[in-house]
Amino acid sequence: MTVNLSKGQGISLQKADGGTLTAVRMGLGWQAAPRRGLFGTRTKEIDLDASAVLFADKQPVDVAFFQQLVSKDGSVRHTGDNLVGGAGQGGDDESILVDLQRVPVHVNQIVFTVNSFTGQTFAEVRNAFCRLVDESTGQELARYTLDGGGPYTAQIMAKVHRVGTGWQMTAIGTPANGRTFQDLLAEIQAVL
Amino acid sequence: MTAELVRGQNHPLSVARLEIRVSASHPVVAGATLADADGRIPGAEWVAHPASPRVPGLEVSRQAAAGHRLAVDLDALPEAVHRVNVLLALPSGGNGPASFGAMAAPFLAVTGTDGAEIASYTVTDLDAESAVVALELYRRQGAWKVRAVGQGYAGGLTAMLHDQGLSGAAELAASIDEAVAQGVARAVSAPPAQRTGGGTGALRTAPAGGAAADGRDTGAAARAGPAAGQGPGTGGSGAGAAAAQPPAGSGPISYRHPGRSTSTPPEPAPAAPPAEPGQPSRPVAGDATGWSMEERLYNQVWGMFEDLARTTAAYRSAVDFAESRLEQELDRVLSDPRTRVGPAADAAREEARAKQAQLVEQARSVLDRDLAQLVAEAEVVEHALPAAFARWDSPVWQGYQVPLERPMALRLGDLHLPERRDLRIPMLVRLPLQRGLWVDSGRAQGGPEAGLLDSAEMRRLAVDCAVAHAVRLLAVHSVGDYAVHVIDPAGAAGSALAPLLEQGALREPPAAGAQGVSEVLARLTRRVDLVQMAVRSGAVESLPPDLDTGEHLLIVNDFPHGFDDRAVTQLRYLADEGPSVGVHLMMVADREDARAYGPVLDPLWRSLLRITPVPDDHLADPWVGHAWTYEPSLVPVGSDVMRQVLWQVGQARKAYGI
Repeated sequence: MTVNLSKGQGISLQKADGGTLTAVRMGLGWQAAPRRGLFGTRTKEIDLDASAVLFADKQPVDVAFFQQLVSKDGSVRHTGDNLVGGAGQGGDDESILVDLQRVPVHVNQIVFTVNSFTGQTFAEVRNAFCRLVDESTGQELARYTLDGGGPYTAQIMAKVHRVGTGWQMTAIGTPANGRTFQDLLAEIQAVL
Repeated sequence: MTAELVRGQNHPLSVARLEIRVSASHPVVAGATLADADGRIPGAEWVAHPASPRVPGLEVSRQAAAGHRLAVDLDALPEAVHRVNVLLALPSGGNGPASFGAMAAPFLAVTGTDGAEIASYTVTDLDAESAVVALELYRRQGAWKVRAVGQGYAGGLTAMLHDQGLSGAAELAASIDEAVAQGVARAVSAPPAQRTGGGTGALRTAPAGGAAADGRDTGAAARAGPAAGQGPGTGGSGAGAAAAQPPAGSGPISYRHPGRSTSTPPEPAPAAPPAEPGQPSRPVAGDATGWSMEERLYNQVWGMFEDLARTTAAYRSAVDFAESRLEQELDRVLSDPRTRVGPAADAAREEARAKQAQLVEQARSVLDRDLAQLVAEAEVVEHALPAAFARWDSPVWQGYQVPLERPMALRLGDLHLPERRDLRIPMLVRLPLQRGLWVDSGRAQGGPEAGLLDSAEMRRLAVDCAVAHAVRLLAVHSVGDYAVHVIDPAGAAGSALAPLLEQGALREPPAAGAQGVSEVLARLTRRVDLVQMAVRSGAVESLPPDLDTGEHLLIVNDFPHGFDDRAVTQLRYLADEGPSVGVHLMMVADREDARAYGPVLDPLWRSLLRITPVPDDHLADPWVGHAWTYEPSLVPVGSDVMRQVLWQVGQARKAYGI
């Protein structure tokens, strides 16, 4: 069953039957908050971007984001940029697929971030969430709600890191500010 | 009178106390859901199932069985209930069938308490469903009716309960599964379905009389009778409702006309044999998407190309990282005066080196695992490739026959990476060619044979290579669809071109001298110009009759020998505009020869796909940008396959009178 993560909480990505996960998907969904006013059509669209940064010993070595949809090794794939959100109607608007078996051996942490590319803060976003799904079964492993994120334009959502031979996910939820993941690298260093 | 219902049909119920008998060939779970006027289940307490078998007015049995009797008292149902769905589900787990399609159609009969059958329904046409709403008892203007529903759910109980608007459907389905599993565990020693005789006053079970004993017989008799339910016995409103109700399909409704096929469906992909436990699955040729085997193989080759590029990228990145970490750690040891010398420093250095070696070893083992899989795949794929994708030494070229249509791609050679030299990925380019080819007769830059070959030898190899590509292009097109022209101003390629001339593949001898050059170029330029004009203005039919619509390949040897400025401009025009109207260019040239033109020719060279007559690592993949070593596909030394193929093409041309 789904675990609603709170900040800093970790879950192991071992399956209940003892097998390890082979593929996980980070899903990001959001809707623009409606603005009151005369010109309803002038609702500014909000573009949130999900990124996955691959770290080896705290050094960023690879990334999957809207400008590079597939990491160089092919293990992390972004399914494509969504510029407006709400398309999934509560489903995922952007997804990042991680093939954990194919992640290069030196990569020991994968950090997922959300950035507001258009610059609105999370206070203007509705129904924003980030979730982690076991891609082989479609089961939701963890969900993290972004609503009421306050005056921030970015958030470091979670990290998936190696523990022994398997992987573990830790919710981070650190707010930050930045247009793309590059602006967050300093903040990410602090949570590795 | 017994009504044998068909899907969607209804039948009035005259008595309030009913029994619903279920017979199936394998144990099934029987349950019932009570729904309000809107067809929604307000909560889990409105569902009668093995874990909670009683609701007011209705009882189901506690476990999965091949036969069930559900007692129903319509008068005792709560007022809010307008609908009772009788559902069947297959117990999950166990060794029974996983879907209703794998067993005989379940049979349900609605009887009165005296055992007289009122209506019956055989739930047919089920396939992958593991749960089905079999019957529906519903209130209509104060009277109860029964309707045969037969709506199956491949998603099982969860999907069914969810569809009926029950929140927490998954939890309820799980608890039902658990109760059934316990029942199954119990059933080993427990006596058959113990039916309680009326826990509440409303619940009454039928007397265990003859009806139960010969239930199957009466059911069979009812089926054997005429379609009584469709007779005048059915009330007018009921018939209307039955007509209005679309036939509930078992699964999604297919809108396809049963007797019509709009297009040929793709033949199914070859099934991969099941993998040995703990082993990766054995590769199969054509294990990719596509409408035809050719397309599947093309996609599979590109899939292998991408996989090899990416897995190598992962390996290289891990090795690079290990190196840089080692350097950093060694630097740190050196920069600290306390640890610069002495045993501690040695130990630190040793440790850093061990860490690096371990990471590289780990990366290598992952790479080796992936490479082994790709090598096995390449092995099976290589043997399955059609002629256009195959190497010249493949047996398919020995059995070559002139094709009727153009293939989707052509093999220009092989690609490999230094990590595994024997893993060759076919380099396939789409046809018609999107850009011209440039067989570089200049000195190879990075290949192992660079510097070993003198310039004359390179030129000879380049012409041979170009001829091999041209023959391949000719051979994979259907007769008369592809014409080859050669510009060879100095006659330098005479002997290499001989086979093309002998078999009539070249309609006229290679154009020689400045005059020949300008004549051929003028002809092709005119063709490109006319066809482009016609295509742009949508007047293809008004092209002059002497203009053939096939594709043309112009091989230019020894560029820029014999070219004046006007000819060079025409050549650039052909390179730019030709591919879209079927005029393709193959240059056999050394860029150094044309350096007098300066940078004005750079766009020409850039617009061509450069290939080399000797292995050379100049091609980059589109994903990671590795330098891949390209090796042209050449006819094996001493083989006569090219001549045979040309002879076949020539024979076909004669047969067609072209």
